[in-house]
Amino acid sequence: MKRWQNAILYLVVIYLILLLGPVAGLDLPRIFGEIARSPASLVQQLLVGIVNGAIIAIIALGYTLVYGIIELINFAHGDLFMLGSFMSLTVVGAFGVGDGASPAASLLAVLSALLLSASLCAGLNVLTERYAYRPLRNASRLAPLISAIGVSFIFINLGLFWGGLRSFFPIMGANAASPKSFPDLLPRVDVLQALGIEANIAFTTKDLIVLVVAVVLMVGLHLFVQYTRLGKAMRATAQNREAAKIMGINVNQIIALTFLIGGALAGAAGLLVGLYNNTVVFTMGFTVGLRAFTAAVLGGIGNIIGAMLGGVLIGVLSALSDQYLSSRWTNAWVFAILVVILVFRPGGLLGENVQEKV
Amino acid sequence: MTLLELRDIHTYYGNIHALKGASLRVEQGEVVTLLGSNGAGKTTILRTIQGLLRPRQGSIRFEGRALESLSTEAIVRLGISQSPEGRLIFPRMTVQENLEMGAFSRRDSLGIKADTERVLMLFPRLRERISQKGGTLSGGEQQMLAIARALMARPRLLLLDEPSMGLAPMLVTQIFSIIRDINTQGTTILLVEQNARMALTVAHRGYVLQTGQIVLTGTSKDLQSNETVRKAYLGET
Ligand SMILES: Nc1ncnc2c1ncn2[C@@H]1O[C@H](COP(=O)(O)OP(=O)(O)O)[C@@H](O)[C@H]1O
Ligand SMILES: [Mg+2]
Repeated sequence: MKRWQNAILYLVVIYLILLLGPVAGLDLPRIFGEIARSPASLVQQLLVGIVNGAIIAIIALGYTLVYGIIELINFAHGDLFMLGSFMSLTVVGAFGVGDGASPAASLLAVLSALLLSASLCAGLNVLTERYAYRPLRNASRLAPLISAIGVSFIFINLGLFWGGLRSFFPIMGANAASPKSFPDLLPRVDVLQALGIEANIAFTTKDLIVLVVAVVLMVGLHLFVQYTRLGKAMRATAQNREAAKIMGINVNQIIALTFLIGGALAGAAGLLVGLYNNTVVFTMGFTVGLRAFTAAVLGGIGNIIGAMLGGVLIGVLSALSDQYLSSRWTNAWVFAILVVILVFRPGGLLGENVQEKV
Repeated sequence: MTLLELRDIHTYYGNIHALKGASLRVEQGEVVTLLGSNGAGKTTILRTIQGLLRPRQGSIRFEGRALESLSTEAIVRLGISQSPEGRLIFPRMTVQENLEMGAFSRRDSLGIKADTERVLMLFPRLRERISQKGGTLSGGEQQMLAIARALMARPRLLLLDEPSMGLAPMLVTQIFSIIRDINTQGTTILLVEQNARMALTVAHRGYVLQTGQIVLTGTSKDLQSNETVRKAYLGET
């Protein structure tokens, strides 16, 4: 019975991919032709993909940290990130820095936005855990999941409301629902040229700064979880909550800490996306959130290194799809990847390989 | 001096009345064993002592201090640690990290270092496995790690829940001899066992638990010669 179901599932998936292929422009001879004509644009897309992927990875970490510790897919996480981008936009607007503002003013605005966005998202995430998830911790697994969807709706509508507050925040623009332009505050000095490399590839300090900040956040999180007392308590709680309690670990505090960290990362990602893509919109929580969630699943949900790897892979694949297939179909491809992993390798690329012994 | 005293403890799982007025005492320096067949409520007693379950009625005193309303963190800090049923090793943490988690309630890094050395002397096998993941250890090694981890809290009362479960006879003998050493080095122990024969060789006194109530108590010698114990727990006819 089970085997039949699996076989049918596989067939459906393969059929969908075959169908999606030609419709979505998966025409290999044309693609290879384009790459041969302009290898630089391939490198260019890889770079863009890596930077975007690093941001996606930071959001993916929020999904994976929370899943690791309470086995909940926090559907509200993408929307939390969106609120972070709105907070960043609001702060930047309050500082009155526009495109091409002085470096000192930009730096001050960006650092303030980082601080406030990370604090807002960390705080909201902790409150969400406390009031929407913790009361359901001993309920059936479906209950917190539905609660998470509810929180997601609340955040989306909060974003829509916030986006409409143009009388308070003129930077929000005329229409609450339409994309808002985010000032281009990062300097654009051509890094390759400065290094004396002649190539038809744009890699500027803007890319570099976003990439470096993302990598610093990821390395910082990894070191925290791997080597600090609280980080180890987080891992212990994730691996066996009952045992963690017996060790005298306050697991409620550790779970709250996990939401705090995941939220702060989402807030930072909100700022980075604004600075990098120069546009934010209230539906971003879904579109970018989906990529981040797929990245987390691709790497093996619950696995921190996996989320980082998955983020970069999804970023690169999205960039390649944008360039060589069609940007309209990129989300469909991301969904297809998600389905394929869930069907063929639910543990993800770096799924846990140490079996628990009974 | 009385280290731990339970008086008339009633603990429930929802509507299931698991402990029905259990009372027991552990004196400083003793090994006390709690015997009983499967489902008698032994694990429930240990979980109630550590604050993982709340008694609906009754009192628990540790050195005269009431434990019923304290959090597990506070109870561990007061000096009660446990090697739980099923060992509950952290499978993706190394042996070293598992030991560090055992010392989570402490801040004295020098003392923690000294105690790591001490438990590795007690369990040399763990030293060989120190950077291996907990989940890759054999059952016996995991049991050693569970006991070692509990010792890392430097407990004044060590709770052991069925340390012999699922182990080969030779390993059982070894574990019990280490339990005796731990006690000789000054740690008071409350030992839960189904293996009454072994438990009574290391314990000074024992209690017999049946469906949530203490039905018998006495020195190990008394219990070993008791008719009921011989029949029900020592497998004699
Ligand atoms: N989580 C639980 N939910 C409901 N009943 C439980 C639970 N754990 C134990 N019990 C019941 O409580 C009684 C005592 O269990 P336990 O303390 O585990 O016994 P022992 O450790 O002596 O084998 C048993 O009847 C058992 O079925
Ligand atoms: Mg038991």
